[in-house]
Amino acid sequence: MKLHENEFLAEYAESKLAVAGALLFVIFILLALVPSIFSSQNPYDLRQLALKNSFLPPGSGFLLGTDGQGRDILSAILYGLQISLFVGVASTLLSVFIGLLAGLISGYCGGLIDTAIMRLADLQLSFPAILIALIIMALWGQGISKIIIAITVVNWVYYARTARGSVLAEKEKDYVQAAQAMGMRAPVIIIGEIMPNVLAPIIVIATVRIANAIILEATLSFLGLGVPITRPSLGALIASGYQILFSGYWWVSVFPGLVLMLVVLSINLVGDRLRDVMNPRLKR
Amino acid sequence: MLIYITKRLLYAVGILIIISFLVFAIMYKAGDPTELLLPPDATQQDAIALKQYLGLDQPFHVQYLRFITHAVHGDIGRSFIYGQSALQVVFERLPATLELASVAMLISILMGIPLGVAAAVRPQSFPSQGIMFFSLLGISIPVFWTGMVLVLVFSVILGVLPSSGRGALFWHTSLLTADGILHIIMPAVTLALFQLALIIRLTRTGMLEVLMEDYIKLARAKGLPRRVVVFVHALKNTLIPVITIIGIQFGQLIAFAIVTETIFAWPGTGKLIIDSIQNLDRPVVVAYLLVVATIFVFINFIVDILYTFVDPRIRVK
Repeated sequence: MKLHENEFLAEYAESKLAVAGALLFVIFILLALVPSIFSSQNPYDLRQLALKNSFLPPGSGFLLGTDGQGRDILSAILYGLQISLFVGVASTLLSVFIGLLAGLISGYCGGLIDTAIMRLADLQLSFPAILIALIIMALWGQGISKIIIAITVVNWVYYARTARGSVLAEKEKDYVQAAQAMGMRAPVIIIGEIMPNVLAPIIVIATVRIANAIILEATLSFLGLGVPITRPSLGALIASGYQILFSGYWWVSVFPGLVLMLVVLSINLVGDRLRDVMNPRLKR
Repeated sequence: MLIYITKRLLYAVGILIIISFLVFAIMYKAGDPTELLLPPDATQQDAIALKQYLGLDQPFHVQYLRFITHAVHGDIGRSFIYGQSALQVVFERLPATLELASVAMLISILMGIPLGVAAAVRPQSFPSQGIMFFSLLGISIPVFWTGMVLVLVFSVILGVLPSSGRGALFWHTSLLTADGILHIIMPAVTLALFQLALIIRLTRTGMLEVLMEDYIKLARAKGLPRRVVVFVHALKNTLIPVITIIGIQFGQLIAFAIVTETIFAWPGTGKLIIDSIQNLDRPVVVAYLLVVATIFVFINFIVDILYTFVDPRIRVK
């Protein structure tokens, strides 16, 4: 992999759309890291809001208009972006961690542990992710950490399966057999020897699944089962705007929706390209 | 073969038992619905009487055992809100959801497979790039956002399509009246978009891989027209994985109907579950989950069996 890094980048850059997606995603990350730079106000500091500014259309002093409490939509979007991306990235990291661990153990140990973990994965995969996450959130109530856990419960399976598949292939190779012959202990072999070799496909899947995690969070928040309304993500902003869509205040929900769409699109553009470049079966 | 089918069937039943336990445990933990059910001026005695009436004063294992014995007789309890049998409440809403999901599935298959084939045959051409970008949009747009934009454009701005309900029914379906068809367009398109995008992508990827196989090159080399090679030789082998995915995706459609039905106030099971979760209507939530789980397990069972017919290598194991 290391040797071909430049080749890899060059091939990635052949698709201008994919490059644009990567740039867009980096911009979103930067905006989310410091939302205060481009915000005219802290949208959740009530002292900075004025009711006389409520429901101003876009352009009238507020670039993207205001909501019913006189909150600047642009500022709300930037702070909401932070929460959406945080939930997406945090839940993905957590699920990669748990999934990788489960997959490595399952693949290396085999036997009863393997059967138990994979049966659990099969059982879970036979149900739509949204339904499982919905039930968890319905029981637990809203909360940022709760939704991160709910998404992790749903997503660990994908990494566990991929990791297990790679381990099964790696296990038979000479370097693992050599390590075993040298008397290295199983945890050392799994983490020190095998793990570095199974990471690449997991990273590709993880980039794509950040987008899924963000959509899942937004959907649950839209249904009122996601983040609390005091710290709204993009999905929660859209939900609160939807209620007043019919009164003609379209900008309250449409702008957060557009941003959400662009975020997910940029991630999917990157993920798509990574997959095409790394899939040798599609090489001409 | 018979042994294999029996095994899969036992496996399916086992899963359903596990799920019934999980679902019941979940709802048991979820809390006491009596407070929500009583009028605000009810006394302590009323609360105790209601608890006894609903059987909520019993310990967990007694409640679960009673639940299971009743469940095998088709009785999951009465809805706290509607007063009817919870299963009946779910079954009454099921046709609306199945109708919506079927129309969405049909839209995505009829458009997705041809578009996927087109995108694979000339991958570098401008229309193919357009199709792929559209499919990328399709998987990037959250279902609720599609629905909202459609409502904004066609109901709020243009005022041509109704934004809620099923419209006039004939024989329990909206598909036989003009008003009903107007009502189903937006929910069905909303629900279909993601599946459509997915089917385009699956068909294209499968097609690209198949088109590189030697037997395709042979067919071309012996002078068969490109059209025949693509639509007969290649498509046939691409469709096997696509069809199994379509089966599994029907379950996804039922799940995503939760979102679509909430947006369009479509009176199906999806809207029912959201309402029931908010009202803590435990029996209806349990009934919904059991019915939906049974549908999923059934679909998986069928897909498993179909696989063995399509790919005999699996049967050997």
